[in-house]
Amino acid sequence: MTLPETTQLAGRRRARANGWAGNALRFLVIIVTTYLGLLAVTFFIGRVIPIDPVLAILGDRAPTHVVERTRELLGFNKPLYQQFYIYVRDALTGNFGTSVLTTNPVMADIRRVFPATLELATLGTIIGSLIGVPLGVLAAVKRGSIADQIVRVIGLVGYSVPIFWLALLSLLLFYARLKWVAFPGRIDIVYEYSFTPVTGLYLIDSAWQGQWDVFRDVFRHIILPAGLLGYFSLAYISRMTRSFMLNELAQEYIVAARAKGLSESRIIWVHALRNAAVPLVTVIALSYAGLLEGSVLTETVFAWPGLGLYITNSLQNADMNAVLGGTIVIGSVFIAINILSDLLYRTLDPRTRAR
Amino acid sequence: MSEISQPAPMSRREWLMSDRPQSRLQARLGRAYMTWRRFSANRLAVAGLGIILLLILVAVFADALAPHSPVVGNLAGARLLPPGSEGYLLGTDDQGRDILSRLLHGSRLTLLVIVLVAIIAAPIGLLVGAVSGYAGGWVDAVLMRITDIFFAFPKLVLALAFVAAMGPGIQNAIIAIAITSWPPYARIARAETLTVRNSDYIAAVRLMGASPFRIVLRHVMPMCVSSLIVRVTLDMAGIILTAAGLGFLGLGAQPPLPEWGAMIAAGRRFILDQWWVATMPGIAILVVSLGFNLLGDGLRDALDPRESGK
Repeated sequence: MTLPETTQLAGRRRARANGWAGNALRFLVIIVTTYLGLLAVTFFIGRVIPIDPVLAILGDRAPTHVVERTRELLGFNKPLYQQFYIYVRDALTGNFGTSVLTTNPVMADIRRVFPATLELATLGTIIGSLIGVPLGVLAAVKRGSIADQIVRVIGLVGYSVPIFWLALLSLLLFYARLKWVAFPGRIDIVYEYSFTPVTGLYLIDSAWQGQWDVFRDVFRHIILPAGLLGYFSLAYISRMTRSFMLNELAQEYIVAARAKGLSESRIIWVHALRNAAVPLVTVIALSYAGLLEGSVLTETVFAWPGLGLYITNSLQNADMNAVLGGTIVIGSVFIAINILSDLLYRTLDPRTRAR
Repeated sequence: MSEISQPAPMSRREWLMSDRPQSRLQARLGRAYMTWRRFSANRLAVAGLGIILLLILVAVFADALAPHSPVVGNLAGARLLPPGSEGYLLGTDDQGRDILSRLLHGSRLTLLVIVLVAIIAAPIGLLVGAVSGYAGGWVDAVLMRITDIFFAFPKLVLALAFVAAMGPGIQNAIIAIAITSWPPYARIARAETLTVRNSDYIAAVRLMGASPFRIVLRHVMPMCVSSLIVRVTLDMAGIILTAAGLGFLGLGAQPPLPEWGAMIAAGRRFILDQWWVATMPGIAILVVSLGFNLLGDGLRDALDPRESGK
């Protein structure tokens, strides 16, 4: 078994010699293969699983010559590898075909609905990190205490509860009974015509334009779904924060800081948390990606006009172009965040840089 | 004479805890006993195990336990009765069906989903990971690249797209979930394989002339099983939630099957006035996936003491 080890060593030496150029190349390979993989899977779903995609579009009552013409028009008479080539080319230029349901190009639809999902997931991640990180730190510092147990239970329930069910119940409580939040949707119909969004992120748009009544209304719409998504990322973030902090608090530099006479809060919040923050950035980025996906079910319950609702609506109407376009977009964002968080980790952690 | 050759009589516990086991059986039982002791010290984990055992019992005896039919309701006299009504402990839904009976029968579907996903996804991951780790070289590179690609996918959305193409139904939902959940198992199996592939016993088996196929199947894969079981148990909650989510969107089990996610979707219309129709199935999902999470945490701590601090 000595042979692979020596080649491994040689490989490591070579990698060090190439430095960041090698790294960049490696990342490029990862990005390209992952994206091609995503397209291959969606291609498989859209073209290979349905027995005849043309029949799926036209229905089984279409006359034979129409079927043949459509088949030629869509390029389905070509061999599969050529179809795949065309498919990849189209996807790279953002051409996912036309939505049967809205009759718009799928890409135009997605561009319209994506900001809604982005706003929701971003606010959710902010809520989740602002609460989750302190909770995790608290649980690690007071390990084994009642506080630790409570944080653990909050996290466990977050992992175990069906999000759409919790969404329904919270609507029942906060909208129907307490009337704290607004009806499902993004904005009240009163403001629908007096308010022209620019970026599509309503909170930012309304604040920018100084329309504070709109801002309040938008806030009353977004806070419940965003809070729910925040709870889900909180479950994950607080658990990981706890484990990272426990790891740091056991290190010798903490003992040294205590011996130096630093205050306990400084040791925890400045020294330990700063070191735990490096892997935490990755965790928060991944939970952000998870929320973009997790919003599919939440948006359905809250009638939130985002990408998730678009996908589920298209699903119900067998609008395959729209479903696959949405899948590719969410997949691309997912891949991008994955790679970004990996890169971020490498730049933030001096140890990985030295290696 | 026999008094000299016979060792001093031991209690059953001492026999199990012996650090010099006389037979393979004793060693195995002893190890299992130690694991059980560590596991049972964790009360939450035992509670989780209890929930799962209860789920299995309910699924097996659903016919005997359910007071009413899960599919046929009393449309004339028992629509949307609140919990605690005469003969309907958890109330009835819009078709006059007893919610408790539907929940009890629904446990079979939940169990079906998790068992099938586990026996489809875990062996795939195990095989890919063990082959990849043992073979090394380009086989490893290619297999791990494929695994990474699947890792980078959003699971629920991919499962949605699969079900959309294959058509709704519980079989297709199971296949879709299985396809999206094997990559973590492959990674774990590979990591475990890498730790054993250079060990002496593998070298010994190889010297005895075992084929790579036999080595992977008989000597590498069994070593990966325990960490895989932990991971599969921890994943069960996620699988249940994904299946329920597909059911909620109308892509999983079709009516009139009493699938818990679909039951929530059906109760959605009455949430404001008849809250119990959607609430009860959600509680069932929450309890079962909580049970799997507790059990998984406990198993991880018991089987892998190194990790337990985290």
